[in-house]
Amino acid sequence: MTTQVTTQPRRAAQASQKRKFMIEAIAVIAIALILILIMPMVLTGFRLNLLGRFLALAIVALGIDLIWGFTGLLSLGHGIFFALGGYAFAMYLELNTLGEGQLPEFFGLYGVTELPWFWQPFNSFPFTLLAIFTIPAIVAGLLGYLVFRNRIRGVYFSILTQAALVVFFNLFNGQQKLINGTNGLKTSTSVFMGQAVGSDGMRMFFYISTVIALIAMYALCRWLTSGRFGRMLVAIRDDENRVRFSGYDPTAFKVLVFAVSGAIAGIAGALYTVQSGIISPQFMDIAFSIEMVIWVAVGGRATLVGAVLGAVLVNMARSLLSERFPDVWLFFQGALFLIVVTALPDGIIGWGRRQFGSVVSSALGLAPTDLPYLEDTDPAVVETVAETPEFAEK
Amino acid sequence: MLEGLIGGLFNGISIGAVLLIVALGLAIVFGLMGVINLAHGELMMFGAYTTFVVQNVAKSMGGIAPDLYIFAALPLAFLVAALLGLLLERTVIRYLYGRPLETLLATWGVSLILIQFIRSVSLPMVIGLVIFAVLFLVGRWVLTRYTDWERIQSWANPVFLGLSAVISVLAWVLISSGTSAAFSRAWFSTRNVDVTPPSWLRGGISVGDTLQFPSARLFIIVLTALCLVAVYWFLNGTAWGLRIRSVTQNRGMSACLGIPTGQVDAITFALGSGLAGIAGCAVTLLGSVGPNLGSNYIVDAFMVVVVGGVGKLVGSIVAALIIGVTSYLVGSGTMALLFPPTAFFQPVIAFFTFFATTSMAKVMVFALIIAFLQVRPAGLFPPKGRSVEL
Repeated sequence: MTTQVTTQPRRAAQASQKRKFMIEAIAVIAIALILILIMPMVLTGFRLNLLGRFLALAIVALGIDLIWGFTGLLSLGHGIFFALGGYAFAMYLELNTLGEGQLPEFFGLYGVTELPWFWQPFNSFPFTLLAIFTIPAIVAGLLGYLVFRNRIRGVYFSILTQAALVVFFNLFNGQQKLINGTNGLKTSTSVFMGQAVGSDGMRMFFYISTVIALIAMYALCRWLTSGRFGRMLVAIRDDENRVRFSGYDPTAFKVLVFAVSGAIAGIAGALYTVQSGIISPQFMDIAFSIEMVIWVAVGGRATLVGAVLGAVLVNMARSLLSERFPDVWLFFQGALFLIVVTALPDGIIGWGRRQFGSVVSSALGLAPTDLPYLEDTDPAVVETVAETPEFAEK
Repeated sequence: MLEGLIGGLFNGISIGAVLLIVALGLAIVFGLMGVINLAHGELMMFGAYTTFVVQNVAKSMGGIAPDLYIFAALPLAFLVAALLGLLLERTVIRYLYGRPLETLLATWGVSLILIQFIRSVSLPMVIGLVIFAVLFLVGRWVLTRYTDWERIQSWANPVFLGLSAVISVLAWVLISSGTSAAFSRAWFSTRNVDVTPPSWLRGGISVGDTLQFPSARLFIIVLTALCLVAVYWFLNGTAWGLRIRSVTQNRGMSACLGIPTGQVDAITFALGSGLAGIAGCAVTLLGSVGPNLGSNYIVDAFMVVVVGGVGKLVGSIVAALIIGVTSYLVGSGTMALLFPPTAFFQPVIAFFTFFATTSMAKVMVFALIIAFLQVRPAGLFPPKGRSVEL
């Protein structure tokens, strides 16, 4: 009797889990096929290129969701990792275009006659592929280690990442002789695998690579957040002290997840660079990095689909609005920040789940799901609200 | 050598004074209320634009007005920024206490709106804003009077907000397209404007042959010192200062003892914002004024607060001076000159020369800050006890 009682719900839960997983896998593959096969037929070359860029940005959003939505670390410096990935790929492309012993053109302008030492390894394609995600990961890991080691967290972490962003911006912006400073590196005329990066064939290739990378990163994040590791991240977000008292070391987890997130941003940066045709220190603009956060917030924190959806939607809105009414875009974006923070803390996905969640899951034959991100789970909120008399009344 | 040292110290202190006057308001808002105000730089920008307007009015008045406008501009800049801060606190930040990351994002949104506002503010837009305010406030007042407001609040508020917004935007668009270009011209445009300092703040005071203290910098140092004294007096010598400090220490207990915490929050935030306005007025003496003025200062100012430690003004003072002097010494290349130019010190000199620009000095200062935080994670003067947990 007792065994039946305990195993039956578990079996049911397992079956439901499996079913859910199958549905999700089918949905992801279907979306990938639509993106790869149908979109190129529907959209013009220009629009397809835009979509490719947005999908690359969606990859960064995944990385930010991993650290912010799940772990509660708000990074305002993801532009660093994005740009590092982009620069790594752009440097390879610069060198690949040239013949033996030649220097990239801009070096001539500043009287540099010898290739700087850190350009040397980018002659090799395998190294570059590795560097695109390892360099950002190392930088993120180092920064994360130095900050988290001292239990600096919350807003302090955010401010420090923002300061780091400014620092990296200055570093790249000021070094004309090493990395072409403000002008950045152009990739559109570079040659990759025998073809110009800006040519139609290459564009299609990069578009498809972006879709595949997005799916792969989605799978990676899904895997990371679903198991014990994911539960640890959520635990750190909700009550870090309790995690520490339970005998775990939150620092190691935070450094690791920050490094992974940096690596994801690096991959996104490389894919974005080749599709936009240039990488410059502008990618480390303060505004751009905060924007990345808002994509995740609009889609829904702690929902990976939300991050992707938010990135694509906000950027589409941006390109539509700033084409027609350039003045209005900043107003709109500012309002978006305010609305998402005050009225829609769960984003589109959270709102949708609350409104239609039960309908959808019953249609698919699933058990109803809990919201992964609820404001009430934040103990600080509950405490302060309870403490403040004017809130206690409500 | 001595003159060089004094000159270097003076420049460092003057950079520190600018940092401090910007960071002072931040330190109050962040330190006392735990609110990250990313719109602080934009409040500064509003102070700077107020100065610009006052200066133009003074110029048209003629006489000695162009020389004395700064004394009118300072209180006006304080007032404009403080009122704006009050509005911001009452409409947005009030709902976000205890959620610092959310305030960070919300105030960033506000800062974007303020930047675009300065860029495109024009008479039709102001008319639209007035229409919005009248429609929304009067409409709400009518509803609260004559309907069961408690019951319909949840849906009536957003609907009303949306309706008023749509009507006022329509009015803005209609007025600006229907009237002459001169009428609907943007007031400030996106380009930077120049504020001419009063004649007695141009030039400088010379001591000896080589030492030269620019008057504008001296003025900023004095202004910063005055602001510090005023803030200290306000926090430690007045009834409202006492209330602010008590709410900072224990909000619940203060509320129990009859202190109106909501009002205290509003006043604290307005004070911090007003100081941003004064800072904005001060930086007009150093360069031109543009919509992006705020973003140049905000990150450095936050660094001052982080290094200084939260909740203690003295921490911000020391941190601002240290950061100012360090970035001047590194950025001007003085560090490289300190070492004798022998072969032994060549790598050290080359190292410091690499960082001897203003932007590269930031890189070094940040590295130093990170190193410093390894030793003292909570800043120079960390608050004691449980309040460290944020």
